[in-house]
Amino acid sequence: MLTGLRGIEDQIVYGIARPTGGHRAVNFRLNAPYVQMYGIVKRFPGVLACDHVDFDVRRGELHALLGENGAGKSTLMRILYGLYQPEEGRILRDGAEVTIHSPTDAIRQGIGMIHQHFMLVDTLTVTENVALGLKSSREPLLDLDRVEEGIRELSEAYGLQIDPRAPVWTLSVGERQRVEIMKALYRGAMMLILDEPTAVLTPQEVDELFVTLGYMKDNGYSLVLISHKLQEVLAISDRITVLRSGRLVGTVPTEEMTRQELARMMVGRDVMLERTREEEMDAGEVRLRLEDVQAHDVTGQPALRGVSLSVQSGEILGVAGISGNGQRELAEVIAGLRPISGGSVEMDGTPVTDWTTARRTESGLAYIPEERMHDGIVRDFAVSENLVLQEHTSDKFSNGIFLAFDYIARYSRQMIQDFYIKTPDIRTMTRNLSGGNIQRLILARELSRRPKVLVAAQPTRGIDIGAIEYIYQQLLEQRDTGMATLLISEDLDELLALCDRIAVIFEGQIMDVLDRSEASAEELGLLMAGVRPEK
Amino acid sequence: MFDELFTISTLIGILHSCVRLATPYLFASLGETFGQRSGVLNLGVDGIMLMGAFFAFYVVFEGHNLWVGVLAAIAIGVMMGLLKAFVSVTMQSLQGISGIGLYLFGLGLSSLLFKTLIGSVEGVSGFRQLAIPFLSDIPGLGHILFNHNALVYLAYLMVPVSWFVINRTTLGLKIRAVGHNPEAADTLGVSVNGVRYTTMMIGGALAAVAGASLSIGLQNVFQENMTNGLGFIAVALVYFGSWRTIGVLGGSLLFSLVNALQLWVQALAIPVPSEIAVMMPYIMTIVVLAFTARQIQKPAALARSYERGE
Repeated sequence: MLTGLRGIEDQIVYGIARPTGGHRAVNFRLNAPYVQMYGIVKRFPGVLACDHVDFDVRRGELHALLGENGAGKSTLMRILYGLYQPEEGRILRDGAEVTIHSPTDAIRQGIGMIHQHFMLVDTLTVTENVALGLKSSREPLLDLDRVEEGIRELSEAYGLQIDPRAPVWTLSVGERQRVEIMKALYRGAMMLILDEPTAVLTPQEVDELFVTLGYMKDNGYSLVLISHKLQEVLAISDRITVLRSGRLVGTVPTEEMTRQELARMMVGRDVMLERTREEEMDAGEVRLRLEDVQAHDVTGQPALRGVSLSVQSGEILGVAGISGNGQRELAEVIAGLRPISGGSVEMDGTPVTDWTTARRTESGLAYIPEERMHDGIVRDFAVSENLVLQEHTSDKFSNGIFLAFDYIARYSRQMIQDFYIKTPDIRTMTRNLSGGNIQRLILARELSRRPKVLVAAQPTRGIDIGAIEYIYQQLLEQRDTGMATLLISEDLDELLALCDRIAVIFEGQIMDVLDRSEASAEELGLLMAGVRPEK
Repeated sequence: MFDELFTISTLIGILHSCVRLATPYLFASLGETFGQRSGVLNLGVDGIMLMGAFFAFYVVFEGHNLWVGVLAAIAIGVMMGLLKAFVSVTMQSLQGISGIGLYLFGLGLSSLLFKTLIGSVEGVSGFRQLAIPFLSDIPGLGHILFNHNALVYLAYLMVPVSWFVINRTTLGLKIRAVGHNPEAADTLGVSVNGVRYTTMMIGGALAAVAGASLSIGLQNVFQENMTNGLGFIAVALVYFGSWRTIGVLGGSLLFSLVNALQLWVQALAIPVPSEIAVMMPYIMTIVVLAFTARQIQKPAALARSYERGE
């Protein structure tokens, strides 16, 4: 169904009548361009985010916009949605030039955007979220019953299962995304921009989303999928536009592309994405062991409900799960940043439950936190200061009173070289580095200590493909030298590529631990959703 | 020694006072509820009350109709609300500090105007008791509930009205959305600043009427700092009431009951040091706030200014 329309030219399809009455049912030709952007230029201080980019999306088309972080794909779409104003360039809708100054203008042009971070008001119901900002038929009173009816109609038409009366805070991530799509549809959007929509979904939810997108495409909607995942782009798009460093690399029909070719377009060179692993190491001794660990989250709710795991030397143990199922607490508990209310944590057979973070670190624990900008570095510290942050009191970097500045400078230059950190200088404020380079800095600080145990939480989230490649390489190298790694990730491809075993966490419990050889994305997906597949 | 408090007629008297004295609390805290639900903390309520109290009093003192006095208070309240909105919404200054500034401004200006325009403590004849026919004849209850001045009835009317505006109108939906997730509201074309200006004007108007209810309704005089920090209690009541109008009503009644008790204890010359009696509402505020741990309903964007970002 997803590809059923490809190649059918000149087919007349009727758009459905939308209950808001904002757009009348219009007939249109498939494959006619809905939106065209020409010569778009957008500058930010010091960066040319979009450099004369052309882009168009047709009716009934799913057009993928592919590129690394900072390639300009989000910027381009934010321009189309009225969040940024371009310095140069023209935007046409149905062949007529339009100006879009705000999201309101964009909505008026039939353009909707599903943001990566959902723009929903948690405390309101689904219906209230949809009605927000719309003119009511009974102004100044609300007409929620009418909105609810419209939501039900759209739900049925596009397979978007939502309870209109549910408060948003009770909904799962997948359901929230449906509410976002519903908001756009209800406003009469004929085109949807989806910013990394699958990043937060389970594989099953991804499938459901793709089915919905398929229905929409069949009904003549134009869809733009912003993504950096080659596989999904190849699976569902009709055409692909690749951006690199703000420039258009090309727009190509999907059927003519392979993964390798796309990766080359994205990065500008050949990329080794799949690493061949060394043959299995013999199971080493257990470096990290968690026994029935229980802990609470920041709001005092139970977050870990009896987690038992062990990681051996020379092994990468993956932890898969949808965000918010206890991963953050798990990492913090091991790092010593969160007290546990039950169970025990052991390193090298020694209970470390009562140890401070510093003591654990000295004993060979390394930690790559999820929130790298908040927990991984001090943003207003120089690169060199962040590099020695952990060990600045050790004999290496100080004599007990004063820091050894000369040595720190030499050491920092070495690290910058060894870990390919791109920075103008060792005194540069760390906040000015890109996400990928900050992650390299953290990696440099943590791995150069030759740790015995590494806890890495979402180490590749939101960073460019080059840095990801490097991080993978480092993790595997360290593994081969005997480090025990706990890798917490929401990216199943990543886990399947790197891990020896994969544990799945759901609502603070380990659903199962699978050997990589027996793990499949489908099975992991079910476990992540809390379903134990029949064996 | 407390026997005298527990005669039927005294109890009726206390409850009547309680209903009556809740008036300024209700106006002020309902107004503050609008602001806080939209994400703006206005600590300047007390200053606005003083300004409202003064202007209402001055207009009546000059011989105008009582309702003209109320309108004058509303006008000055809206202006004070606009000032607060300009400072904390447009200029994005810290809401707590700018609220204190507004309070001091209202305190100082009302005192200055009082000294220059009136000079000495004078009385006016304020709103009279308006017994509602038949209902006020119900024994006991009739006197407690239906024998008050117009501003008292208006204050209680504002409870369902405020609830309705917040929960059943498009403006109310915008207020709730802006207070919880201004970014989401902004992407749907809701003017975050516009909504916050609106709630600041509503809140300012209600706070000023709260002041007027003192100067031309309950006490019928104007004195410097006559509110004695009542506006701050009103802010606390919003927390106490978990940002709900019904909770605010409950809180207002609780505090006015303490106040009424305090007055009657003094009036009956019960030998409790009057300082202790006067302190009771304030002690109550601290105790109540300390135990009000329910922050679930709290608008997530409360006291945070909004700027369209990346």
